[in-house]
Amino acid sequence: MNITVCVKRVPDTETRIRIAADGQDLERGGVKYVVNPYDEFAIEAALQLAEETGKGKVVLLTYGGEVAKETLRSGLAIGADEAVLLRGEPTMDGWATARVLVSELAASDAGLVLFGVKAVDDDQQQVGAMVAELLGRPCATAVTAMDISEGVVTCRRAVEGGQEVVEMDLPAVATVTKGKYEPRYASLRGIMAAKRKPMEEKDAPEVAPGFVVERLDYPPKRPPGRIVGEGPSAVAELVRLLREEAKVI
Amino acid sequence: MNDVLAVAELKNGVLGSVSKEVVSAARGVADALGSSLHAVATGQLGTANAASGLAFFGADRIVGIESDDLGPGRVDVRAGLLADHIGRHRYGAVLFAATARGKDLAPRVAAKLESPLLSDVTALEVDSGEIVATRPVFAGKALARVRIPMAPALVSVRPNVFPGLEASRDAVVLETVRTETTPCPGGYRVKGFEASEGAAIDVSEAAVVVSGGRGMKGPENWHLLGALRDALGEAAALGASRAVVDAGWRPHSEQVGQTGKTVTPKLYFALGISGAIQHLAGMRTSEVIVSVNRDADAPIFGVADYGIVGDVFEVVPELTKAIRELRES
Ligand SMILES: Cc1cc2nc3c(=O)[nH]c(=O)nc-3n(C[C@H](O)[C@H](O)[C@H](O)COP(=O)(O)OP(=O)(O)OC[C@H]3O[C@@H](n4cnc5c(N)ncnc54)[C@H](O)[C@@H]3O)c2cc1C
Ligand SMILES: Nc1ncnc2c1ncn2[C@@H]1O[C@H](COP(=O)(O)O)[C@@H](O)[C@H]1O
Repeated sequence: MNITVCVKRVPDTETRIRIAADGQDLERGGVKYVVNPYDEFAIEAALQLAEETGKGKVVLLTYGGEVAKETLRSGLAIGADEAVLLRGEPTMDGWATARVLVSELAASDAGLVLFGVKAVDDDQQQVGAMVAELLGRPCATAVTAMDISEGVVTCRRAVEGGQEVVEMDLPAVATVTKGKYEPRYASLRGIMAAKRKPMEEKDAPEVAPGFVVERLDYPPKRPPGRIVGEGPSAVAELVRLLREEAKVI
Repeated sequence: MNDVLAVAELKNGVLGSVSKEVVSAARGVADALGSSLHAVATGQLGTANAASGLAFFGADRIVGIESDDLGPGRVDVRAGLLADHIGRHRYGAVLFAATARGKDLAPRVAAKLESPLLSDVTALEVDSGEIVATRPVFAGKALARVRIPMAPALVSVRPNVFPGLEASRDAVVLETVRTETTPCPGGYRVKGFEASEGAAIDVSEAAVVVSGGRGMKGPENWHLLGALRDALGEAAALGASRAVVDAGWRPHSEQVGQTGKTVTPKLYFALGISGAIQHLAGMRTSEVIVSVNRDADAPIFGVADYGIVGDVFEVVPELTKAIRELRES
């Protein structure tokens, strides 16, 4: 069974972002980009499942600019077999992204399509479930571990107050979060091998976003805090401030 | 103007505080549009009745969609029934709760309605008959202002941000919809649930969060944080830094930050946490931040409203004692 993993290129979380002068986008220069951390869990899940079943390819799919090839290469370097780039500029609208990805996924023979639970740039937490609806396949979100046997995938999901176990008939869709799948590192051999792995490129279909980002702003600065004091003797004053000034206890 | 819908969430058959926030936020939108506000809850027998309390938060009409197939975890069935309901009534705007369950539900409903969705918004206004929402992006390093057309406008609202204001209505209609046929693609079966210990309230919804970091030294010391949480009352939950979760001291469900939960409590305690940028990403929008750290230069003091420079093992028990005394007096 083949597994497709949808991956996104996002700014590194350590990166300081600067809003462009027009207030509509980020200043692209000087930003370090990485594979969305949750997508790394999804890649790892796909690699482990492929290893367990002993057959089938792991295919990476991304919708992004020419630069997103870098993201695909790093996924190939840790073990994915093939990659597809849908060339275009994704927006915050996950419904538009989902339709673009489905243009490729609809004809794919993947028994399982995996996503990260969320992309840490736009944080919409929606693309995976939307793709599943478009494909008419069942979808489990926030999955921490999976097992495949006889055409059924059993998923453990992180839910409020515990773990839920869900079973889905294949083909199916899952969005992966931290749990069983700690991403592996690329070996030097992997990095070299990645250069020879197939990477297909095509233009993404034009899909207009359904809403408009009018402006990006920096969040309001928190008012400067204060050190109430040192050690346990400062506790009484802290509690007084929390009660009388902040009025939160 | 088309009506506005608030999607309420029942937990074990009881309305959570998030549902009140969603209805209250939706009341604001409905008022600005001059629309009437409906609230809907989905579940098994008794759901409409359980949701009737939403009348106090401004709903004009409360709809309980009841089906035997709407057991716990049946997000597939829930999404199908809600999409049907929304499509039939041609709502102008629909508000969900951006809780773990709401984030699982809303994208499915949106896709069935072929509509875009704005997740996790922290402010809402109505401008020229359209919804303009604000939502944090890039791990809270920027705020995006987004205009979404009423076709319908689907948004989920972040817990603890919108106040659950009481707003009684004169005449409230309570409607129960019993349904036998449940549209869903099939192939999705909920097999079980394992509760994790002590997690009465999820950290992402708690009004008070007591978070511990590597400075707590080991899992055996978490009783100190448990005692502080208990002293702070029922709306308090435990949180943790990633260092603590990676070390296996606490479950990932408690992790706050970029690769954990985003929290917006009224009060956040960072105890023995350095304040790495990825941790701040998950908690910097808390209303009041308190930190205790023995290093006066720790970055957490840069965002904390109140800090104590000191040893958590000395300060935390003292703090627990002082808060307990305050509550008892
Ligand atoms: C892609 C990525 C994603 C990440 N996601 C997250 C995330 O979601 N959440 C998260 O938290 N981190 C995340 N991190 C990790 C983050 O960078 C930090 O490593 C982590 O937050 C540090 O945890 P800490 O503050 O508990 O530990 P440390 O940084 O080790 O800090 C411990 C603090 O405790 C203080 N201390 C020690 N002893 C005492 C004492 N007795 N009394 C008082 N204070 C004491 C020290 O002065 C220090 O400031 C992520 C990192 C990456 C690269
Ligand atoms: N442009 C994209 N290309 C490929 N996959 C994407 C893209 N955007 C989002 N995804 C996938 O959808 C998941 C959820 O993204 P989001 O709904 O934006 O939070 C990500 O973790 C990726 O797996």
